[in-house]
Amino acid sequence: MPSSNLQISGLCKRYGDFVALAPTDLDVARGEFLTLLGPSGSGKTTLLSLIAGLAQPDEGRVLIDGHDVTYGAPYERDIGMVFQNYALFPHMTIEENIAFPLRMRKVPSAEARRRALAALEMVRLPQVAARLPRELSGGQQQRIALARCMVYEPAIILMDEPLGALDKKLRDQMQLEIKRIHRELGTTIVYVTHDQEEAMTMSDRICLMNGGAIEQLGTPADLYFRPHTLFVADFLGESNLLPGRVVRAEGDTLSITLEHGGLAAGTVTGQALGNGAAFRPGDAATIMLRPQNLRIEPGAAEGALSGRLLDVMVTGSLTKLYLDTGAPGGAAMVAAHPTRREAARYAIGQTVSVSWDAADAVALPGGAA
Amino acid sequence: MKAPVRTRAPGKGARHALMAAPMAILLLVLLVYPVGQLLLLSVYGDQGFDLSPYRRLFESPVYVNVLLITLKISLWTTLFSVVAGYPVAYLISSLAARRKASLLFWVLLSFWTSFLVRTFAWVVLLGRNGVVNQMLQALGILDAPANLLYNFGSVLVGMVHALMPLAVLTMLSVMENIDRNLPRAAATLGARPGTAFWKVYFPLSMPGVAAAAIMVFVTAIGFFITPALLGGRRETMITQIIIDQIQQTLNWEFAAAVSVLLLAVVLLVFAIYDKILGLSTMAGGVSARASAGDRNGSMRRAGNAVLSLLAALSDRAAALWPRLPGRRRKAAEGASRGLWAIVLLALVFLSAPAFLMIPLSFDSGSGLNWPPQGFSLQWYEQMFASPVWMQAISRSLIVGVGTGLLAMLIGTPVAFLLVRSDLRGKSAMLAFVLSPIVVPRMIIAVGIFYFFARLGLVGSAFGLTLAHTVVAVPYVVITMMAVLRNYDTRLDLAAQSLGARPWATLRHVTFPILGAGLLSSFLFAFATSFDELTIALFSSGGLNATLPKQFWDEVTLQISPVIAAVSTCLFLFIATLIWVADRLRHRSLSG
Repeated sequence: MPSSNLQISGLCKRYGDFVALAPTDLDVARGEFLTLLGPSGSGKTTLLSLIAGLAQPDEGRVLIDGHDVTYGAPYERDIGMVFQNYALFPHMTIEENIAFPLRMRKVPSAEARRRALAALEMVRLPQVAARLPRELSGGQQQRIALARCMVYEPAIILMDEPLGALDKKLRDQMQLEIKRIHRELGTTIVYVTHDQEEAMTMSDRICLMNGGAIEQLGTPADLYFRPHTLFVADFLGESNLLPGRVVRAEGDTLSITLEHGGLAAGTVTGQALGNGAAFRPGDAATIMLRPQNLRIEPGAAEGALSGRLLDVMVTGSLTKLYLDTGAPGGAAMVAAHPTRREAARYAIGQTVSVSWDAADAVALPGGAA
Repeated sequence: MKAPVRTRAPGKGARHALMAAPMAILLLVLLVYPVGQLLLLSVYGDQGFDLSPYRRLFESPVYVNVLLITLKISLWTTLFSVVAGYPVAYLISSLAARRKASLLFWVLLSFWTSFLVRTFAWVVLLGRNGVVNQMLQALGILDAPANLLYNFGSVLVGMVHALMPLAVLTMLSVMENIDRNLPRAAATLGARPGTAFWKVYFPLSMPGVAAAAIMVFVTAIGFFITPALLGGRRETMITQIIIDQIQQTLNWEFAAAVSVLLLAVVLLVFAIYDKILGLSTMAGGVSARASAGDRNGSMRRAGNAVLSLLAALSDRAAALWPRLPGRRRKAAEGASRGLWAIVLLALVFLSAPAFLMIPLSFDSGSGLNWPPQGFSLQWYEQMFASPVWMQAISRSLIVGVGTGLLAMLIGTPVAFLLVRSDLRGKSAMLAFVLSPIVVPRMIIAVGIFYFFARLGLVGSAFGLTLAHTVVAVPYVVITMMAVLRNYDTRLDLAAQSLGARPWATLRHVTFPILGAGLLSSFLFAFATSFDELTIALFSSGGLNATLPKQFWDEVTLQISPVIAAVSTCLFLFIATLIWVADRLRHRSLSG
């Protein structure tokens, strides 16, 4: 039995001149939770539709459990799909909705009923079997859509922004629920979202897409701390991007002269990890820094980036500092640290210096976006 | 100068009453009173209380037979219209905007083209020297021209042709609200295409099918144009009896009794429909099954079994289609090509007859023969030289514009009231407003004629405008209600918060945004009046005739090619009107 549950090779889809999905390769392991993340129009929904068989590719192949299903109909693939608006059949009761895929598979009605009720138990809604979908709340409908998808234990479950229509609190709750079900059933899940927080919380791996192609594929931590491109750095979480030029490369550690020198005269050189990418002195590079990895000290320091404090915002558990470091384009730098009662009192307008560990900084090829 | 601050707004109740009053007066005076009087006339004539009209009605089998024939023709018409209209509505509802608009244009064109023009086209088409006979002879199928006209078949063809657009548009309104993801979801859950259609899509489209069926059936029962022009003696329908009684024998009491019978049948049909499906489904929406109680009824189980059978059969049939790996796209294309072929065939059936009038109108020969010979403008010259036709055109335009304006003025406040206010008894009010559509047109026409005759209003443009407003105003209310439902009332509140008084809000915010809706409701009312024959049949005549009335008189007396010229003009007029309305709607949406 092949170890990957879903194999995609050279899959490509065009609409006229528009390339919805450039030739793409992707392997998903059995039991993995993979998220397709990206802005709208990045090709994530196209890829999902091709896996589901709701659209036909122009090139490439889709293998599920080693079977080529590239041109197979949706009903011939061993998949389940949760739609964005749930797509519950409004003329059927909840029980009929959940039993539908079983009836399609010629499961005897007594057993179909038993399994449908078991699926309802699984999503903790045993009392709604006889109701119609419109009699349920949005969150409940979402659970029913999940139950309908799990009940026949497909090899892969595809989810197309399933939590998009729910409010924040319900969404958090459903994220936990989906994770729990994923753990209990061990099904492979391919999940589409444009919400980076959701992707970070839920996924084993994230496939970040942009402009119809995969931008980077890796664990949430990989993408967050070791982005390969400016797009990834910018899309996932808050980041500071400092453009500059490589002056020295020692192993993986690079010294980069920043384009802006802060408030003091003279140039500032910062250090960052090259992340395995080949940088040579003289190359344009951008240092990516997460706000929580910046150290802020009062007063200017020799050779360090200095800035003027623009604003302080306490956003609950985090305190964010906005700094003017004279960056090109006037973008403010953001630093963040946990909010503490005894935290230093800052004065708006005061001069501070900014520093970081080389291990927390990533050099990305190219200048400012 | 400061404007005095008004301390008390005029009473809400008084304002509501003021908004509803014109409509209420119109319907009470020109619908309830005349129709009531007509119905009363059937039992209370000149000689006091008298049941003899009813005795005559049921004495001989003649009239009962006419009723049975009417029902038979209506049933078959309904069946064919819905079955043939379903794929058309299905395809249109599934298309993207631009292609949808172009297919919809053909349906709307036949919907709005006068019944008279379209029925007359069939007279020419099926005549002894008509297109169909000529074609069959050219193909060697017939040796001599066959009698294709004046029988059950020709009536049925004409009726289906006349009413199919109504069926398509009614079903379309429901199908457009069905989530296209549902059949897709069914496919991912393991349903084959046939199963996905019959078990998921079709049940959801049933309210549309039912609404289309009752609309077509009720309209068909009150039809007289098609059976009169395309049918023989044995295809006489019930409304033709009423016309005969009034125009030939002047027997008002008997006409009234037949009207009662007609009304009773229509109300019975509505009652049965309500019993089975609930009238609320007519407004569209997927609410066929309201309560959770009757979910396991035997009716439903039987229905489910039938649908499962259909699903299995169509999936078996699809499996017979040769399938090679990787060829699914071809198979799917084949299925969709089949659907396109059926739909295009239906659209040709709907549009072609009226188009055939165009070459015939330029005929240089002496009659409506196919193929037309030469080219001449003689029939157009005759039309423009005839004072009768010119009078009819101007009279129809005057009455149409008058009806459009009056119906809009009366109907719009009622639509506001029905959508915006939290009045009690709204559904009763809506039923009252819609009653001119439910009551067969013929009964309204006869009632109004009787009423006008005593007031001396017969033949006056003013009277006819009032009468047409009665039948046009429900369409204005329906259109405006739909428009108002989509209107964001917070825009009004925003305007008022910025200092606009109610009238200024209406003038600067509400009406400019609703402009397109107002225009389309005006056009709806105008077209209803412009094409109206039933009321005009009695209440206009001679030099006072409207265009449809003049058309009717000509067609029933003699068939002359001038009519082809008039038909062409009417057809092009309607096509332009639809096109302009569509452009205006687009501009208002994008602007």
